Amino acid sequence: MLLTPEQQAVLDGKKGETLQKVMRTIVMYGDIFGAEKLVPVTHPEGHFVTSFGISLMKPLFSTMEELIKADVHTIGKFTVDPRPLDYANVKCALLEKVAFKVMYGKQEEYEGQLKQVGLRDKDAFTCTAYLPEVGNVPKKGDVLSWAESSAVVYANSVLGARCNRNSGMLDLFGSIVGWVPYFGLVTDEGRRATWKVYVRTTKKPEAQVLGSAIGMKVTEDVPYVFGLDKFLGEELTDDVCAYLKDFGAATASNGAVGLYHIDRLTPEAKELGEGLITEDAKEYVIDDKELERVLKSYPVMWKNKDAKPSLCFIGCPHLTYGQLIGWTQTLSAALKETGRRKVAVRTVMTTAPEVKAKFMQTAEYKELMSMGVKVSSICPLMYTNNPMTKGRAIITNSNKLRTYSVARYCKDEKIAAILSGKEGV
Amino acid sequence: MKSFKGRVLAGGKWKGEAVVSHGGVNTLATFQKSALKNAKEVIASDQNNADLFGKNLTGKALCLPVTIGSTTGGLVIQTVCAMKIAPACFLFSEHVDSLAASGIVLARVWEGSDVIAVDQLGEEFLNTVKTGDTLEVLEDGTVNILSF
Repeated sequence: MLLTPEQQAVLDGKKGETLQKVMRTIVMYGDIFGAEKLVPVTHPEGHFVTSFGISLMKPLFSTMEELIKADVHTIGKFTVDPRPLDYANVKCALLEKVAFKVMYGKQEEYEGQLKQVGLRDKDAFTCTAYLPEVGNVPKKGDVLSWAESSAVVYANSVLGARCNRNSGMLDLFGSIVGWVPYFGLVTDEGRRATWKVYVRTTKKPEAQVLGSAIGMKVTEDVPYVFGLDKFLGEELTDDVCAYLKDFGAATASNGAVGLYHIDRLTPEAKELGEGLITEDAKEYVIDDKELERVLKSYPVMWKNKDAKPSLCFIGCPHLTYGQLIGWTQTLSAALKETGRRKVAVRTVMTTAPEVKAKFMQTAEYKELMSMGVKVSSICPLMYTNNPMTKGRAIITNSNKLRTYSVARYCKDEKIAAILSGKEGV
Repeated sequence: MKSFKGRVLAGGKWKGEAVVSHGGVNTLATFQKSALKNAKEVIASDQNNADLFGKNLTGKALCLPVTIGSTTGGLVIQTVCAMKIAPACFLFSEHVDSLAASGIVLARVWEGSDVIAVDQLGEEFLNTVKTGDTLEVLEDGTVNILSF
């Protein structure tokens, strides 16, 4: 890799031993991918994946301590994934609480470390930092040093920014030195699609199942999706962006997709069209039958497969403001149909702190509260990491949460039917 | 014996047992349960990976195409290496992905780990090697399937 004199000086240890290790990590990482150079991070506000003070993640805490001791911090302020706990809105049994205290015993200490290294503020905890309410919004063409698979795929695909699927720590290191290796999704060539995906369903596919199907098929490649504009239109409205957020999260967690192009819709597809597709691109056709096959392939991991659901999480990734309004309307209508006042299953909707604050000003918030639904800003995935929660029959409309927990996936329509007491799983 | 030659990401010489995943390995889903339990060994916990689910990965050669899933992946690899419960080798049939590469670099630079990693061993490698096979990994990225 060819380094500038400034970069070489850091690598040679002229800015201290800790920065040298940071730089060595970035250069070794770039070398693996044949990066010829490091390029500047043009959107210095980072977004990092490691928000949780899990006691066992000792390397995380010791590395942070080393950075702090060396007075090393990020160039811009950063946001980070959601906090793991919110006892006020996501109540838990005594044994679960004991387990949480052991698991996330270092949360307060770790948040202190994050603050010292460059955390934006106390509300900077969400997986949807790119939402306008949160305000960490890169421009098209910006180079990022982000992690969080759902945020990276959104920034690349919907915003047209440039970011590799960085791991935790690499996100932080790039934001400290202000350079990232030039390879993969940062380059024009790396952003070309190697899969042509044809959506030929009879109705708008569930975002989370479509994303799952594509993620499982293309793994880490870049898909160019035809036929979705028929259902989504050609403008990135708030509703469309929310759909793509959920779609992308599923492609990234059920596979390793870091960028997708939607024909006639996403910025690069609009600009370059089929010129983005490589000549030897493979093909994948998705119809109703294929989506059904994928849906049926999800294993049911509940201890008692016939259990009545006891908890429902909606909002992984965090819900947008529009989705919160939409769910309130959906549940209100569904409850009216069954004559119920409150949801039949304890339900938690998760969203960014700033989005929650905006939603709390609305009549819909009061309506949702009256239905017995809680709104929180935690990460449901971190909640379900608690082994004491494994016995719970959790349902979710998140394919990401399904992948990393024993929660059972249900389509939105099914979730509404269960919550209104109309049907069981 | 059958030999395959890959690219050395983190070199070393090793001999031991293979565990094979034909699909991408979801690092977080695979390792998190054992790591969270502070277990002495990693028992693969990814419900979606039938090849690995329930198998012991500690001290084995994990043979895989790439890793997939959450971007905590690199940190998870760094953590299991620091806990000394990681696979001894990561043998990738394809070009290593960014998350696994991060984990291997983080483990080497920040933990002084001696984890071995070789990539680009080819599709035939993954079609040939079977769980339980005895492998020999050489410094130059050669992987010999001794029990073939």
